[in-house]
Amino acid sequence: MEIRGKAWKFGDHIDTDVIIPARYLNTSDPYELAAHCMEDADPEFVKKVSKGDIIVAGENFGCGSSREHAPIAIKYAGVSCVIAKSFARIFYRNAINTGLPIIEAPDAVDRIEEGDEIEVFLEEGKIINHTKKEEYSFEPLPEFMMKLLTSGGLIPFVRERLAKKGA
Amino acid sequence: MGMTIAEKILAAKAGKDSVKPGELIMARIDVALANDVTAPLAIKAFEDVGAEDVFDRERIALVPDHFTPNKDIKAAQQAKMVREFAYKYWIKWYFEVGRVGIEHALLPEQGIVVPGDLVIGADSHTCTYGALGAFATGVGSTDLGCAMATGEVWLKVPYTLRFNIEGKKRPYVTGKDIILHIIGMIGVDGARYRAMEFGGSVIRELCMDERFTICNMAIEAGGKTGIIEPDDITKEYVKERAQREPVYYTSDEDASYEKVYDVDISNLEPVVALPHLPENVKPVREVNDIEIDQVVIGSCTNGRITDLRQAAEVLKGRKVHPRVRLIVIPATQKIWEQAMEEGLFKIFVEAGAAISCPTCGPCLGGHMGILAEGERAVATTNRNFVGRMGHPKSEVYLASPYVAAASAVAGRIAHPDEL
Ligand code: SF4
Repeated sequence: MEIRGKAWKFGDHIDTDVIIPARYLNTSDPYELAAHCMEDADPEFVKKVSKGDIIVAGENFGCGSSREHAPIAIKYAGVSCVIAKSFARIFYRNAINTGLPIIEAPDAVDRIEEGDEIEVFLEEGKIINHTKKEEYSFEPLPEFMMKLLTSGGLIPFVRERLAKKGA
Repeated sequence: MGMTIAEKILAAKAGKDSVKPGELIMARIDVALANDVTAPLAIKAFEDVGAEDVFDRERIALVPDHFTPNKDIKAAQQAKMVREFAYKYWIKWYFEVGRVGIEHALLPEQGIVVPGDLVIGADSHTCTYGALGAFATGVGSTDLGCAMATGEVWLKVPYTLRFNIEGKKRPYVTGKDIILHIIGMIGVDGARYRAMEFGGSVIRELCMDERFTICNMAIEAGGKTGIIEPDDITKEYVKERAQREPVYYTSDEDASYEKVYDVDISNLEPVVALPHLPENVKPVREVNDIEIDQVVIGSCTNGRITDLRQAAEVLKGRKVHPRVRLIVIPATQKIWEQAMEEGLFKIFVEAGAAISCPTCGPCLGGHMGILAEGERAVATTNRNFVGRMGHPKSEVYLASPYVAAASAVAGRIAHPDEL
């Protein structure tokens, strides 16, 4: 999984209503959702973001509702990873379950500026800031969650579990 | 070492003697819940894992409450998808408009969730059922879809924060004021990944409706669940309703808490949470010159009969301010019927309020009372995020039914005393 792109910075407590407003929840089409990603924080976001880019945010990213539409909107907007100081818990598990890499790295968030070219190595727990020529580290995910993430989320994992039971 | 009520329930469901905070477990669930917004994605996940049947048709609840009665064609399509799934798998707890209510009021009322349960719901306010002494938490649709297939879920055992609420309640102080006060105190991430256990003499005296309000908003402090040890009041509530045998767990004397908060509410006055975070909590008396356009009394936080009675107490013989729209939304059909029989509707209608059928409606900016640019609402709901009830430049102030009703009359945020 290559994770490399430009950083887009956001503040603390970016909630799920900002990530994908409820007025668009009458669909579950990932591309339709992605078209409104972060709209209430930055209406231009989806126009500016390019494939592989990274969201860098403050504390409690994804707080609020349990809508999985939030990580899905981010993922299908082309964002390859979210780095934050901390995440709200339902968003955290939804991101892992849907295969959107997320990283808790408070120090990195303080250093990274908007537009910096960032590369992330999930398993090594390493972030490289190519613009600033800096390196930051973070605690890699526990093994079980890493497995979920790298196998593409919860669905392949459960499919395998069900198949085993059936056999 | 002793365990907290949350740890005991999780241990039982994971088939273990004990669990520790931080441990990852695979647990059996008692009830899986989804609504018309989250079920379609869950159904897709259910199909994607190749499941042939649901794990138990009597333990799944599908509650189309958010955009129903269908607000537009897309919402109608989503509701249809949920309905077809419910029929295909003979889901026992599917509710059609006319029987449906807001999920977190409906499930306890119907006895579908009972004390001792492990409940996951594809809705963040699933934590409401903790008031029964169940472990209930919100998950995403993929989790829910997989759980409908397997009957299990992966969970991390949370640390528990204990809140001892003591003191004497002042007039017009409700469960809503208590939970807003706590969120104001610890912040919107003050209980992130944590179970919030509420106890103390004040909690012991609260009725179930106000206990539900408190646990409902645990998520607004980032909590994984809110939970209250069951007592006689719980048992009385459950007695006539339980669809299954309840199990009453309590925390051990020597249970270990990450932190214990002693909260004395003797000086607490009715509060309001200012936009755009539930932690921006201020006493109503300090903010009373804010003019408003709309008041909403309803939602899974405060749409129960106790809430409607409190609102009616203030509205009786009074009129809603000419510039204000007051929308009252009983949370379930049963509450609706009860409010009608008690004469509350007469009070609301004579005051100049609109009464809706049960729906989440404006709470999430869905329908039935969306705000225009620059408009302000006082709501008994739980979130005041940017754009939550409509236009990104509208504002929501969170308060109790007493304060909401008083504000509707005054045309500005007001303490019931001021009328
Ligand atoms: S009433 Fe509001 S908070 Fe409660 S379930 Fe409905 S939308 Fe969510």
